[in-house]
Amino acid sequence: MPTRMIRMIYALLLSSVFSVFACANNSSHDTTKISASVSEGDGDVTLTLPAGFHASVFAENLGSARHIAVNSNGDVYVKLQGLKDGKGIVRLRDTNGDGKAEEKSGFGDFAGTGIAIGNSYLYASSDEEVFRFKLDASGNVADPDHPEKIVTGLLSRHEHEAKAIALDNDGNLYVNIGAYSNSCQVQDRQKGSPGMKPCPILDSAGGIWKFKADKPNQTYGDGVRYATGLRNVVGLNWNTQTNTLFVMQHGRDQLHDLFPDLYDTKQSAELPAECLYELHQGSNCGWPYIYYDQVQHKKILAPEFGGDGKKTAGEDAQDPVFSFPGHLAPNGLLFYTGSQFPEKYKNGAFVVFHGSWNRAPEPQAGYFVVFVPFKDGKPVGNWEVFADGFSGGAQFTASGRAKHRPCGIAQSPDGSIYVTDDTKGTVWKISYGNK
Amino acid sequence: MIYWIRLVVVTGLFLIGISAWTIAPLQSKLQASIDRGKIIYTQQCLSCHMMDGGGVQSMNPPLIRTKWVLGDKADLITIVLKGMNSGVEIDAVQYHNIMASHADLSDQQIADVLTYIRNGFGNKAKAVTEAEVKTVRAKTH
Repeated sequence: MPTRMIRMIYALLLSSVFSVFACANNSSHDTTKISASVSEGDGDVTLTLPAGFHASVFAENLGSARHIAVNSNGDVYVKLQGLKDGKGIVRLRDTNGDGKAEEKSGFGDFAGTGIAIGNSYLYASSDEEVFRFKLDASGNVADPDHPEKIVTGLLSRHEHEAKAIALDNDGNLYVNIGAYSNSCQVQDRQKGSPGMKPCPILDSAGGIWKFKADKPNQTYGDGVRYATGLRNVVGLNWNTQTNTLFVMQHGRDQLHDLFPDLYDTKQSAELPAECLYELHQGSNCGWPYIYYDQVQHKKILAPEFGGDGKKTAGEDAQDPVFSFPGHLAPNGLLFYTGSQFPEKYKNGAFVVFHGSWNRAPEPQAGYFVVFVPFKDGKPVGNWEVFADGFSGGAQFTASGRAKHRPCGIAQSPDGSIYVTDDTKGTVWKISYGNK
Repeated sequence: MIYWIRLVVVTGLFLIGISAWTIAPLQSKLQASIDRGKIIYTQQCLSCHMMDGGGVQSMNPPLIRTKWVLGDKADLITIVLKGMNSGVEIDAVQYHNIMASHADLSDQQIADVLTYIRNGFGNKAKAVTEAEVKTVRAKTH
């Protein structure tokens, strides 16, 4: 066998092997690796806050921590979207005042998002029902195994199923029933499928329903549709200064996916606005027929209903009181009534943005808490980022692979605020002044 | 003796060489399908399943190392053709969002995009062929 031939075969073999390797390399893809960096004080991420504020990790690893409520005695209750050790509510208690919860206990055998305290009761929701637990004179849940069922039989159809709740001061309970649809098309999220007019979803979802806070076993017929034309609301809060309910709507998705000829990916990433509405009995916020364009400052006819990105519509729908860029996912809302924070925060709104997914292929955004100053019940000035850094850094924000996704917010009796995270179940306590 | 060793070694190398020679075109065919599939993925799938195939927490399922992607090809093809509104559970996490039907894509486009996701994001599974999509489409009508 001539040496030359052996060399040729070797060369052939090597080049084949290389070409196979080259193919393999081309078909492998970058996946985001998340490595934990631990910094003292606030867990595996460092929150950035305005000067004078500081954050501590109040609790960690709770599970998917959604909304949060604080009792007048300082006890903190967190609602979990998935059961942890068979429990759907966690009570946290800081027994020595160090800004960390020393006691943790679970109860409630239902998962969900909503939680609120009023009239010596703790209210909490599953995705179909609202329950309440009596709080005794010392502020403890009197009978954790036997809650009273207040509302039952609410629709939950795999989309916008979280039932966020709020209480007013007149014995009423407000429940979000999210639309099980993106834009009320005949076939949800199907390119080319037309919008349904009238939208049949609005009879039983896509709005806020009002129930009696103390009447057991209510369902649709017992409550009233308080506000309609709201695609989905997770962040909501009763404003005690205006005595009205404010809600943050999650705006519609996929303008580019469904209408690539009308919207490019950049427009689709920014539109439509995430809107803050002040509600009254009979409010209509326009979904699915219109969306609010925060660039044009107009209510625009939705493309499923004949819109082209410019035609205005929705003369019967109310305007938002404030609007934010699209897809940031407002999951928490709190009007600050405490005295601990500087004067500018008094009566203003904190909005917790869970962070986007529907901005792809543009970089994702959100995963922060913002502040909007209010005067006489109206927003004044622009919004500003209050707490950031939950994601773990700019690259985690852009990829959407955030380490933490902020969700719920509540004020403690001392004027501090708590913020939850439903990715890892961290609860931060944010305070102003000396540690 | 040396002659025999040399003969065995050379014959072995020759056989490996021939098999590599025949694998190479198959590999480039696979790569071409993956490349076309990536373009389809970017246009049709990325906005929900994300650039890295990791999906979205509680909403859109990940495509990485899951039986839904790496398992039965006919089941996977059916999901693309008919969409999905039942929700799925992967690693004890529920994913709720509806997936639209993509029956408007051609058999070749569906084969390409599925070959892409079965070989992207750290996945490794056999290619999906145009013929396989055609067979499943005929049954689902």
